[in-house]
Amino acid sequence: MAEQAILSYLETHEEIADSGNFAAECGIDHAEIVNAIKSLHGFLYVESQDIKKETWVLTDEGKRYAAEGSPEVQLFLAVPAEGSIAKDELQKKFDPAIFKIGCSQAGKNKWVEMGRQVSRKVVQVEDKVKDLLLKIQKGQVIGQADINSLKARKLIVLQTWKGYSVRKGPSYAPQREKFATDLTRENLQSGDWKKLKFKEYNFNAKGPPSECGHLHPLNKMKDCIKRIFRMMGFEEMPTNRYVESSFWNFDALFQPQQHPARDSHDTFFLKTPSTTMQLPEDYVERVKQVHESGGYGSRGYNYEWKREEANKNLLRTHTTAISSRMLYKLAQDTKQNGFTPKKYFSIDRVFRNEAVDRTHLAEFHQIEGLICDRGLTLGHLIGVLEDFFKRLGMSNLRFKPAYNPYTEPSMEIFSYHEGFGKWVEIGNSGMFRPEMLQPMGFPEDVRVIAWGLSLERPTMILYGIDNIRDLFGHRVDLDLIKKSPLCLIGIK
Amino acid sequence: MPTVSVGRDCLFAALGQTYTQEKFEELCFNFGIELDDVTTEKAIMRKECHLEEEADDDEEVIYKIEVPANRYDLLCLEGLAQALRVFNGKEGTPAYTLASISKESMLKIHVHKETSKIRPYVVCAVLRDINFDEASYNSFIELQDKLHENICRRRTLVAIGTHDLDTLQGPFTYEALPPEKINFVPLKQEKNFRADELMEVYKSDLKLKKYLHIIENSPVYPVIYDCRRTVLSLPPIINGAHSSITLKTKNVFIECTATDLTKAKIVLNTMVTAFSLYCRNKYEVEPVEVVYDGGKSLISPELSEYSMEVPLSYISRSIGVSLKADEVASLLNRMQLRAEKGASGGEQNIKVSVPPTRSDVLHPCDVMEDVAIAYGYNNIPKTKFPSSEVVSLIELEDLLRLEVAMNGFTEIKSWILCSYQENFAMLNRTDDKSTAVIIANPRSADFEVVRTTLMLGGLKTIGKNKNKSKPIKLFEVSDTVQLDGTKDVGATNVRRLTALYCGTNSGFERIHSLLDRVMEVMATPFVPIGDSSGYYIQRSDHAREFLPDRQASIIYKGKHIGMFGIVHPQVLKNFDIPDPCSVLELDIEPFLQA
Repeated sequence: MAEQAILSYLETHEEIADSGNFAAECGIDHAEIVNAIKSLHGFLYVESQDIKKETWVLTDEGKRYAAEGSPEVQLFLAVPAEGSIAKDELQKKFDPAIFKIGCSQAGKNKWVEMGRQVSRKVVQVEDKVKDLLLKIQKGQVIGQADINSLKARKLIVLQTWKGYSVRKGPSYAPQREKFATDLTRENLQSGDWKKLKFKEYNFNAKGPPSECGHLHPLNKMKDCIKRIFRMMGFEEMPTNRYVESSFWNFDALFQPQQHPARDSHDTFFLKTPSTTMQLPEDYVERVKQVHESGGYGSRGYNYEWKREEANKNLLRTHTTAISSRMLYKLAQDTKQNGFTPKKYFSIDRVFRNEAVDRTHLAEFHQIEGLICDRGLTLGHLIGVLEDFFKRLGMSNLRFKPAYNPYTEPSMEIFSYHEGFGKWVEIGNSGMFRPEMLQPMGFPEDVRVIAWGLSLERPTMILYGIDNIRDLFGHRVDLDLIKKSPLCLIGIK
Repeated sequence: MPTVSVGRDCLFAALGQTYTQEKFEELCFNFGIELDDVTTEKAIMRKECHLEEEADDDEEVIYKIEVPANRYDLLCLEGLAQALRVFNGKEGTPAYTLASISKESMLKIHVHKETSKIRPYVVCAVLRDINFDEASYNSFIELQDKLHENICRRRTLVAIGTHDLDTLQGPFTYEALPPEKINFVPLKQEKNFRADELMEVYKSDLKLKKYLHIIENSPVYPVIYDCRRTVLSLPPIINGAHSSITLKTKNVFIECTATDLTKAKIVLNTMVTAFSLYCRNKYEVEPVEVVYDGGKSLISPELSEYSMEVPLSYISRSIGVSLKADEVASLLNRMQLRAEKGASGGEQNIKVSVPPTRSDVLHPCDVMEDVAIAYGYNNIPKTKFPSSEVVSLIELEDLLRLEVAMNGFTEIKSWILCSYQENFAMLNRTDDKSTAVIIANPRSADFEVVRTTLMLGGLKTIGKNKNKSKPIKLFEVSDTVQLDGTKDVGATNVRRLTALYCGTNSGFERIHSLLDRVMEVMATPFVPIGDSSGYYIQRSDHAREFLPDRQASIIYKGKHIGMFGIVHPQVLKNFDIPDPCSVLELDIEPFLQA
């Protein structure tokens, strides 16, 4: 309405000299007129110039007096024309502030006699204050002396008023054109889409944020690694078993009972359920034998193997606990049905009693792959590692001799990292010891080659994350999850 | 893995040659140890005291070397240097011998049966006429610390005491007595303590308090005396001051008390084999007889070599390299395993003698590993398993499909064949005869052309589903076909992604957001116009299937790969769609081109 009023007025007039007056003439709020001017100015329909005026406006107190009359007049009118009224009684009729001001002003004007009893001194009074305030409200001019007295009573304040003078602009038209932001059903139904002009769309900015779901980068990496294992002919092991006995986690792997990894410094042992209830007894006996006195060509560790140690429950420290169960099962099956070669993998959670820092957590994910077959060699292990890591994008590998209680030979896997400019360790591997495999019941010529690495490290390298807590756990950086791109490892 | 700190210059002197750091790291890598850190004594001190002083140039460089947890022989400079010298072929494995002395003149230690209640085993040895210098003396002390921390499991399994034999008088006794009956001046003290009082004192000793629990609650404490009742040690806590060794000590008496006899023997062997180097009779150790109550006795240390016969075929077949017996023998010699060809005839065996330094060798597989290390892991030819490859484009398609579905779009599978009208006129397009594969014998008008655009299927689907609640959000990743003179058959598939939004408004911004998300998951940054390192959007007006004012070209790494826009109302009408609609269509193959 304001917009149309301005455009129409300018169609027949040179200019709107004062937007304030114009607003008053049109009966439209000045603020609305100002908004319309600004908008029309933006589209060059009009040109406008600022006008500044200083005017007196009523304070809240002033407005109240303009409406209700000044306190002194109110007080005067409350005093009977004849006789008097007790001051206490008079006071009850008023708000304390009004009463106080009324008394003082009426007294000063010598309108009333103040005492215990109050009586009129004049017959009639004029409410000059109210009249002045009303004049100011209407924008009329009053004398300087009156202004000073009203100002002293804080009934008026000076306000800077801003308005505009307005003329036609270069794009002036008597009607404003509509710009559409989108095509709507109404546009189609009415057919007005043909006349539609669109607001310029900003292609230099991204669209609004999309409301979509996001997958976790660790799981994206996990999916890629699963795909790689499957392409290499590996089947996944069921790993849904966090609580494990020391037996399957350590003893079955020929890891001696005094091994440092079995310290409470490294492993979470359990209060409840503290011990395991069932183990395959004949197999336990063979494991005990091989630890204590060897066999299968081994000297053994020559110490007193304790069943209590093997029974202690823990949270698995590696997924190799699952591998040992799977291999034991395979060996039992071999006794029944003959040997079947297997390629197994798993990617799941393991637990270490470690201090948490930028690169370590008490829980992380282990990736593990193993091949169980006759006639496997170190050459096979190196070959399968080269294939696996090449798919992960690491084709320059070196192998370092290492020690691990259940693999012999053991090899640490290093890859040359172009970014770091050095060789970095990327995993561990080896051939399971005969002292582990033969007590399970495997024939002597069956070998197992295996390797392991963490899921977190390659994920952190891929996504450029240097604090593991940003990636995994409740302190995670949600934006990091949302922004993480697709994992194309093993694809691209 | 344990770490050993050795002076670089001392190490190189012992190795008989100097290395650049890089060359030394390579040697370590091949042998299976790791140069973990390079520092100086003063730098370590500064770090411990949190001082920030400038380093002097003349500070001795310390190598911190990580060694395998089962190679106790590598826990000191002497053992480490010897292993590397042998590995480098500079010398053979030394033969360790016991001094030939009669059983009568042999030092004896009597083990009282009460010790079985707390710490039942002891083994001892004497290093005669030894010559320490400051470096070797410090190494001797440090080796004990390393052993205590590692194989001795913080002295629970084994504790080592070393003594100046010349201050003592054998025979010795190993006893277990009530603490209040034991009195002596302990190491680093001047006054006499009763054992139980001493335990109280050590409760505030940072180094020793962690060992107190091993005997604290026992009614008897283990203790070793000489024949004059001088206390040698209160194992596993502290030695007596009287017999403490110094740089000048000539004859060292070593006792290892233990709860695990096998480990005690390994620890004693590790000590004497490493330091017999400094004895006048190199590599010779004087034995001690350990006599138990009841008369059973044993001579310690046991330095005899353990013999193993390992079939050559087992080694070759495990490593995957065909090796001759002589080669295997010489490879093993470099790993401190004396080896020779076994008797010929039948299966070829390798006779291996495992020296007392190599307690880690338990099984022929350990011998096989040493052959592989000496041969060089990185020289072993690889054997590949059969494995399969993926088609990158198919895998990428699957990942993108999931991503678009996660943006709330429903997947459709539409027909590749369409009518000529649909492919051109209904999309406001004209056929310039350069794009579409035309069918020669269509059974009906529905099968005249192989689609050149993927949005067609989406538009047809919306047209047939216009009564469904809005918005309708559809997508498809599939192939279109284009004429292509460079191909043998004259046409080529082009894999594309299309997404459509249809609602009370066109949802143009939603389609724009989806494009941004696709680019985000492809790790492609949004860049200013003209920059070819990412993607940008360029306003367009020529595509006649879109409104001229609401259409844009997608530029990916400098290349136009697709468009998005509000579908032209005429096109909507052609497909019988009453509601506004926006469409995105782009090629996904460029994402796989680096």
